[in-house]
Amino acid sequence: MFKAKVLIKRRLSILDPQGQAVEKGAIHLGLNNIKETRIGKYIEFLVELDDETKASTEVDEYCRKLLANPIIEDYEFHLEKIS
Amino acid sequence: MKLKFGVVVFPGSNCDHDAYYSLRKILDQDVKFLWHKDNDLQNCDVIILPGGFSYGDYLRSGAIARFSPIINSVIDFAERGGYVIGICNGFQILLEAGLLPGVMLKNNSLQFICRDIYLSIENYNTIFTNNIETSKPLKMPIAHGEGNYYTDENTLTSLIENNQIVFKYSSNDGKVEDLFNPNGSLLNIAGIINKRGNVLGMMPHPERACDSVLGKTDGRLIFNSLIQNINN
Repeated sequence: MFKAKVLIKRRLSILDPQGQAVEKGAIHLGLNNIKETRIGKYIEFLVELDDETKASTEVDEYCRKLLANPIIEDYEFHLEKIS
Repeated sequence: MKLKFGVVVFPGSNCDHDAYYSLRKILDQDVKFLWHKDNDLQNCDVIILPGGFSYGDYLRSGAIARFSPIINSVIDFAERGGYVIGICNGFQILLEAGLLPGVMLKNNSLQFICRDIYLSIENYNTIFTNNIETSKPLKMPIAHGEGNYYTDENTLTSLIENNQIVFKYSSNDGKVEDLFNPNGSLLNIAGIINKRGNVLGMMPHPERACDSVLGKTDGRLIFNSLIQNINN
Protein backbone atom coordinates (compact mmCIF):
# COMPACT_ATOMS: atom_id res chain seq x y z
CA MET A 1 0.00 0.00 0.00
CA PHE A 2 1.08 3.56 -0.66
CA LYS A 3 0.27 6.92 0.78
CA ALA A 4 -0.12 9.50 -2.01
CA LYS A 5 0.51 13.17 -1.39
CA VAL A 6 -0.74 15.46 -4.14
CA LEU A 7 0.09 19.13 -4.56
CA ILE A 8 -2.07 21.17 -6.93
CA LYS A 9 -0.91 24.60 -7.97
CA ARG A 10 -2.67 27.19 -10.05
CA ARG A 11 -0.63 28.05 -13.15
CA LEU A 12 1.44 31.21 -12.80
CA SER A 13 -0.33 32.69 -15.82
CA ILE A 14 -3.69 32.46 -14.01
CA LEU A 15 -4.56 35.27 -11.66
CA ASP A 16 -5.07 34.16 -8.07
CA PRO A 17 -7.42 36.71 -6.47
CA GLN A 18 -7.70 34.54 -3.36
CA GLY A 19 -3.93 34.69 -2.85
CA GLN A 20 -3.98 38.43 -3.37
CA ALA A 21 -6.76 38.89 -0.82
CA VAL A 22 -4.96 36.77 1.75
CA GLU A 23 -1.78 38.76 1.17
CA LYS A 24 -3.67 41.92 2.13
CA GLY A 25 -4.09 40.23 5.52
CA ALA A 26 -0.30 39.88 5.75
CA ILE A 27 0.05 43.61 5.23
CA HIS A 28 -2.46 44.25 8.03
CA LEU A 29 -0.36 41.94 10.22
CA GLY A 30 2.61 44.18 9.53
CA LEU A 31 4.37 41.48 7.48
CA ASN A 32 5.56 43.66 4.65
CA ASN A 33 8.00 41.17 3.16
CA ILE A 34 5.37 38.67 2.02
CA LYS A 35 4.98 38.72 -1.76
CA GLU A 36 3.19 36.75 -4.45
CA THR A 37 0.97 34.62 -2.20
CA ARG A 38 -0.66 31.87 -4.24
CA ILE A 39 -3.13 29.34 -2.91
CA GLY A 40 -3.22 25.74 -4.06
CA LYS A 41 -4.46 22.44 -2.69
CA TYR A 42 -2.82 19.61 -0.80
CA ILE A 43 -4.58 16.24 -0.94
CA GLU A 44 -3.51 12.91 0.55
CA PHE A 45 -4.97 9.45 0.33
CA LEU A 46 -4.09 5.75 0.40
CA VAL A 47 -3.66 3.54 -2.67
CA GLU A 48 -4.31 -0.14 -2.05
CA LEU A 49 -1.76 -1.49 -4.51
CA ASP A 50 1.67 -3.04 -3.98
CA ASP A 51 3.13 -2.22 -7.38
CA GLU A 52 4.48 1.31 -7.49
CA THR A 53 4.09 1.72 -11.27
CA LYS A 54 0.44 0.69 -11.12
CA ALA A 55 -0.15 2.94 -8.12
CA SER A 56 1.47 5.84 -9.92
CA THR A 57 -0.69 5.32 -13.03
CA GLU A 58 -3.84 5.28 -10.94
CA VAL A 59 -2.90 8.37 -8.95
CA ASP A 60 -2.01 10.20 -12.15
CA GLU A 61 -5.43 9.43 -13.63
CA TYR A 62 -7.15 10.59 -10.42
CA CYS A 63 -5.19 13.87 -10.57
CA ARG A 64 -5.70 14.44 -14.28
CA LYS A 65 -9.40 13.62 -14.48
CA LEU A 66 -10.72 14.84 -11.17
CA LEU A 67 -8.43 16.43 -8.59
CA ALA A 68 -6.90 19.04 -10.91
CA ASN A 69 -8.33 20.96 -13.84
CA PRO A 70 -5.56 20.96 -16.45
CA ILE A 71 -6.83 24.21 -17.98
CA ILE A 72 -5.76 26.20 -14.94
CA GLU A 73 -3.82 23.90 -12.62
CA ASP A 74 -0.63 21.81 -12.54
CA TYR A 75 -0.17 18.91 -10.17
CA GLU A 76 2.63 16.85 -8.73
CA PHE A 77 2.47 13.84 -6.44
CA HIS A 78 4.64 11.71 -4.27
CA LEU A 79 4.08 8.09 -3.25
CA GLU A 80 5.24 6.79 0.09
CA LYS A 81 5.36 3.03 0.70
CA ILE A 82 3.59 2.03 3.88
CA SER A 83 3.22 -1.42 5.33
CA MET B 1 -47.27 20.68 -28.51
CA LYS B 2 -45.91 20.53 -24.98
CA LEU B 3 -42.25 19.63 -24.73
CA LYS B 4 -40.87 17.37 -22.06
CA PHE B 5 -38.13 19.01 -20.02
CA GLY B 6 -35.94 16.98 -17.65
CA VAL B 7 -34.46 18.86 -14.70
CA VAL B 8 -31.51 16.97 -13.22
CA VAL B 9 -31.36 16.96 -9.43
CA PHE B 10 -27.93 16.65 -7.80
CA PRO B 11 -27.29 16.65 -4.07
CA GLY B 12 -26.97 20.40 -3.49
CA SER B 13 -29.02 21.61 -6.46
CA ASN B 14 -31.16 24.54 -5.33
CA CYS B 15 -32.61 25.99 -8.53
CA ASP B 16 -34.20 22.73 -9.66
CA HIS B 17 -37.61 23.75 -8.32
CA ASP B 18 -37.29 27.24 -9.84
CA ALA B 19 -36.71 25.62 -13.24
CA TYR B 20 -39.59 23.19 -12.68
CA TYR B 21 -41.95 25.97 -11.61
CA SER B 22 -41.11 28.31 -14.49
CA LEU B 23 -41.31 25.65 -17.18
CA ARG B 24 -44.43 23.96 -15.82
CA LYS B 25 -46.51 26.78 -14.37
CA ILE B 26 -45.43 29.76 -16.46
CA LEU B 27 -44.51 28.20 -19.80
CA ASP B 28 -46.99 25.29 -19.55
CA GLN B 29 -44.56 22.53 -20.54
CA ASP B 30 -44.19 18.98 -19.19
CA VAL B 31 -41.36 18.73 -16.69
CA LYS B 32 -39.75 15.76 -14.94
CA PHE B 33 -37.13 15.71 -12.23
CA LEU B 34 -34.25 13.35 -13.08
CA TRP B 35 -32.22 12.00 -10.15
CA HIS B 36 -28.45 12.20 -10.64
CA LYS B 37 -27.97 8.49 -9.87
CA ASP B 38 -30.30 7.41 -12.68
CA ASN B 39 -29.25 6.76 -16.25
CA ASP B 40 -32.64 7.15 -17.90
CA LEU B 41 -33.46 10.56 -19.38
CA GLN B 42 -37.12 9.43 -19.70
CA ASN B 43 -37.41 10.54 -23.33
CA CYS B 44 -37.10 14.21 -22.45
CA ASP B 45 -36.74 16.70 -25.31
CA VAL B 46 -34.58 19.09 -23.32
CA ILE B 47 -32.30 18.50 -20.34
CA ILE B 48 -31.74 21.27 -17.79
CA LEU B 49 -28.74 21.15 -15.46
CA PRO B 50 -29.91 23.59 -12.78
CA GLY B 51 -28.09 25.98 -10.49
CA GLY B 52 -26.99 25.24 -6.97
CA PHE B 53 -23.99 23.85 -5.17
CA SER B 54 -23.78 20.26 -6.36
CA TYR B 55 -21.69 18.19 -3.95
CA GLY B 56 -21.09 21.34 -1.91
CA ASP B 57 -18.90 22.76 -4.69
CA TYR B 58 -16.12 20.67 -3.13
CA LEU B 59 -12.83 20.55 -5.07
CA ARG B 60 -14.11 22.79 -7.90
CA SER B 61 -17.66 23.77 -8.82
CA GLY B 62 -19.21 20.98 -10.87
CA ALA B 63 -16.13 18.74 -10.67
CA ILE B 64 -17.79 15.89 -8.77
CA ALA B 65 -21.28 16.21 -10.30
CA ARG B 66 -19.61 15.68 -13.65
CA PHE B 67 -19.09 12.02 -12.65
CA SER B 68 -22.72 11.42 -11.61
CA PRO B 69 -24.19 8.47 -13.54
CA ILE B 70 -26.75 10.67 -15.31
CA ILE B 71 -24.04 12.86 -16.84
CA ASN B 72 -22.92 10.02 -19.10
CA SER B 73 -26.48 9.82 -20.41
CA VAL B 74 -26.53 13.61 -20.85
CA ILE B 75 -23.23 13.44 -22.80
CA ASP B 76 -24.66 10.72 -25.09
CA PHE B 77 -27.87 12.72 -25.50
CA ALA B 78 -25.91 15.87 -26.42
CA GLU B 79 -23.74 13.92 -28.87
CA ARG B 80 -26.91 12.72 -30.60
CA GLY B 81 -28.01 16.36 -30.95
CA GLY B 82 -30.23 16.55 -27.85
CA TYR B 83 -30.81 19.99 -26.33
CA VAL B 84 -29.08 20.74 -23.04
CA ILE B 85 -29.11 23.95 -21.00
CA GLY B 86 -26.73 24.35 -18.07
CA ILE B 87 -27.58 27.25 -15.79
CA CYS B 88 -25.05 28.60 -13.27
CA ASN B 89 -23.78 25.47 -11.48
CA GLY B 90 -25.17 23.55 -14.45
CA PHE B 91 -22.88 25.58 -16.72
CA GLN B 92 -19.94 24.75 -14.44
CA ILE B 93 -20.84 21.05 -14.73
CA LEU B 94 -20.95 21.30 -18.55
CA LEU B 95 -17.46 22.82 -18.49
CA GLU B 96 -16.10 20.11 -16.20
CA ALA B 97 -17.76 17.43 -18.36
CA GLY B 98 -16.11 18.85 -21.47
CA LEU B 99 -19.42 19.53 -23.25
CA LEU B 100 -18.38 23.18 -23.36
CA PRO B 101 -14.83 24.58 -23.30
CA GLY B 102 -13.25 26.60 -20.49
CA VAL B 103 -13.40 26.88 -16.73
CA MET B 104 -14.90 29.14 -14.06
CA LEU B 105 -12.60 30.98 -11.69
CA LYS B 106 -13.61 32.79 -8.52
CA ASN B 107 -15.22 36.15 -9.17
CA ASN B 108 -12.46 38.75 -9.34
CA SER B 109 -14.09 40.60 -6.42
CA LEU B 110 -13.91 37.33 -4.40
CA GLN B 111 -17.51 37.99 -3.43
CA PHE B 112 -20.63 35.97 -4.08
CA ILE B 113 -22.77 38.22 -6.29
CA CYS B 114 -26.56 38.03 -6.30
CA ARG B 115 -28.22 40.78 -8.32
CA ASP B 116 -29.91 41.56 -11.61
CA ILE B 117 -27.69 42.16 -14.63
CA TYR B 118 -28.24 42.84 -18.31
CA LEU B 119 -27.26 40.47 -21.08
CA SER B 120 -26.40 41.56 -24.57
CA ILE B 121 -27.36 38.87 -27.11
CA GLU B 122 -24.24 38.34 -29.21
CA ASN B 123 -25.59 35.60 -31.42
CA TYR B 124 -29.19 35.60 -32.64
CA ASN B 125 -28.60 32.56 -34.83
CA THR B 126 -29.01 29.90 -32.17
CA ILE B 127 -32.08 27.84 -31.36
CA PHE B 128 -32.08 29.52 -27.94
CA THR B 129 -32.15 33.07 -29.34
CA ASN B 130 -33.40 33.14 -32.93
CA ASN B 131 -37.02 33.77 -31.98
CA ILE B 132 -36.17 36.63 -29.64
CA GLU B 133 -37.62 39.68 -31.33
CA THR B 134 -36.25 42.40 -29.11
CA SER B 135 -32.81 43.86 -29.73
CA LYS B 136 -32.73 45.08 -26.13
CA PRO B 137 -30.52 43.40 -23.54
CA LEU B 138 -32.20 40.80 -21.36
CA LYS B 139 -32.59 41.42 -17.64
CA MET B 140 -32.15 38.52 -15.26
CA PRO B 141 -30.33 37.70 -12.03
CA ILE B 142 -26.92 36.21 -11.43
CA ALA B 143 -26.11 34.41 -8.17
CA HIS B 144 -22.62 32.96 -8.08
CA GLY B 145 -19.20 33.05 -6.47
CA GLU B 146 -17.39 31.40 -9.37
CA GLY B 147 -18.58 32.85 -12.63
CA ASN B 148 -15.37 34.35 -13.90
CA TYR B 149 -15.12 32.60 -17.26
CA TYR B 150 -11.60 31.74 -18.37
CA THR B 151 -10.08 29.77 -21.19
CA ASP B 152 -6.82 29.70 -23.12
CA GLU B 153 -6.26 32.02 -26.04
CA ASN B 154 -6.72 29.39 -28.77
CA THR B 155 -10.05 28.30 -27.36
CA LEU B 156 -11.17 31.91 -27.01
CA THR B 157 -10.27 32.59 -30.64
CA SER B 158 -12.18 29.50 -31.68
CA LEU B 159 -15.24 30.58 -29.62
CA ILE B 160 -15.21 33.95 -31.40
CA GLU B 161 -14.63 32.51 -34.88
CA ASN B 162 -17.46 30.00 -34.48
CA ASN B 163 -19.89 32.54 -32.99
CA GLN B 164 -20.17 30.47 -29.83
CA ILE B 165 -20.44 33.44 -27.49
CA VAL B 166 -24.19 33.88 -27.05
CA PHE B 167 -24.48 36.28 -24.10
CA LYS B 168 -22.24 39.01 -22.70
CA TYR B 169 -22.73 41.15 -19.60
CA SER B 170 -23.73 44.63 -20.69
CA SER B 171 -25.32 47.91 -19.60
CA ASN B 172 -29.09 48.27 -19.77
CA ASP B 173 -28.67 49.75 -23.24
CA GLY B 174 -26.40 46.99 -24.49
CA LYS B 175 -22.89 48.42 -24.05
CA VAL B 176 -20.41 45.63 -23.41
CA GLU B 177 -17.72 47.23 -21.26
CA ASP B 178 -15.55 46.33 -18.25
CA LEU B 179 -17.77 48.50 -16.09
CA PHE B 180 -20.65 46.07 -16.61
CA ASN B 181 -18.60 42.93 -16.06
CA PRO B 182 -19.69 41.65 -12.63
CA ASN B 183 -17.14 38.90 -12.15
CA GLY B 184 -14.08 39.36 -14.34
CA SER B 185 -15.14 36.99 -17.15
CA LEU B 186 -13.04 37.13 -20.31
CA LEU B 187 -14.71 39.47 -22.83
CA ASN B 188 -17.71 39.81 -20.44
CA ILE B 189 -18.76 36.27 -21.40
CA ALA B 190 -21.98 35.19 -19.66
CA GLY B 191 -23.11 32.33 -21.90
CA ILE B 192 -21.67 30.12 -24.63
CA ILE B 193 -22.90 27.39 -26.92
CA ASN B 194 -21.15 24.33 -28.36
CA LYS B 195 -20.14 24.23 -32.04
CA ARG B 196 -23.09 22.06 -32.98
CA GLY B 197 -25.46 24.54 -31.35
CA ASN B 198 -27.43 22.20 -29.10
CA VAL B 199 -25.70 22.75 -25.72
CA LEU B 200 -26.00 26.14 -23.99
CA GLY B 201 -24.26 27.14 -20.78
CA MET B 202 -25.04 30.41 -19.01
CA MET B 203 -24.31 31.87 -15.59
CA PRO B 204 -27.42 34.12 -15.35
CA HIS B 205 -30.71 32.54 -14.32
CA PRO B 206 -33.46 32.68 -16.97
CA GLU B 207 -35.68 30.45 -14.82
CA ARG B 208 -35.70 33.15 -12.14
CA ALA B 209 -36.93 35.70 -14.69
CA CYS B 210 -40.13 34.06 -15.92
CA ASP B 211 -42.84 34.82 -13.38
CA SER B 212 -44.00 38.44 -13.71
CA VAL B 213 -44.50 38.62 -9.96
CA LEU B 214 -40.69 38.77 -9.74
CA GLY B 215 -40.64 41.91 -11.85
CA LYS B 216 -38.82 40.49 -14.87
CA THR B 217 -39.78 38.00 -17.54
CA ASP B 218 -36.92 38.06 -20.07
CA GLY B 219 -35.96 34.51 -19.14
CA ARG B 220 -39.10 33.32 -20.95
CA LEU B 221 -37.69 34.59 -24.24
CA ILE B 222 -34.85 32.05 -24.17
CA PHE B 223 -37.08 29.09 -23.27
CA ASN B 224 -39.77 30.16 -25.73
CA SER B 225 -37.26 30.48 -28.53
CA LEU B 226 -36.20 26.87 -27.98
CA ILE B 227 -39.80 25.63 -27.58
CA GLN B 228 -40.88 27.29 -30.85
CA ASN B 229 -37.90 25.83 -32.70
CA ILE B 230 -38.50 22.29 -31.52
CA ASN B 231 -42.22 22.55 -32.30
CA ASN B 232 -41.49 23.73 -35.82
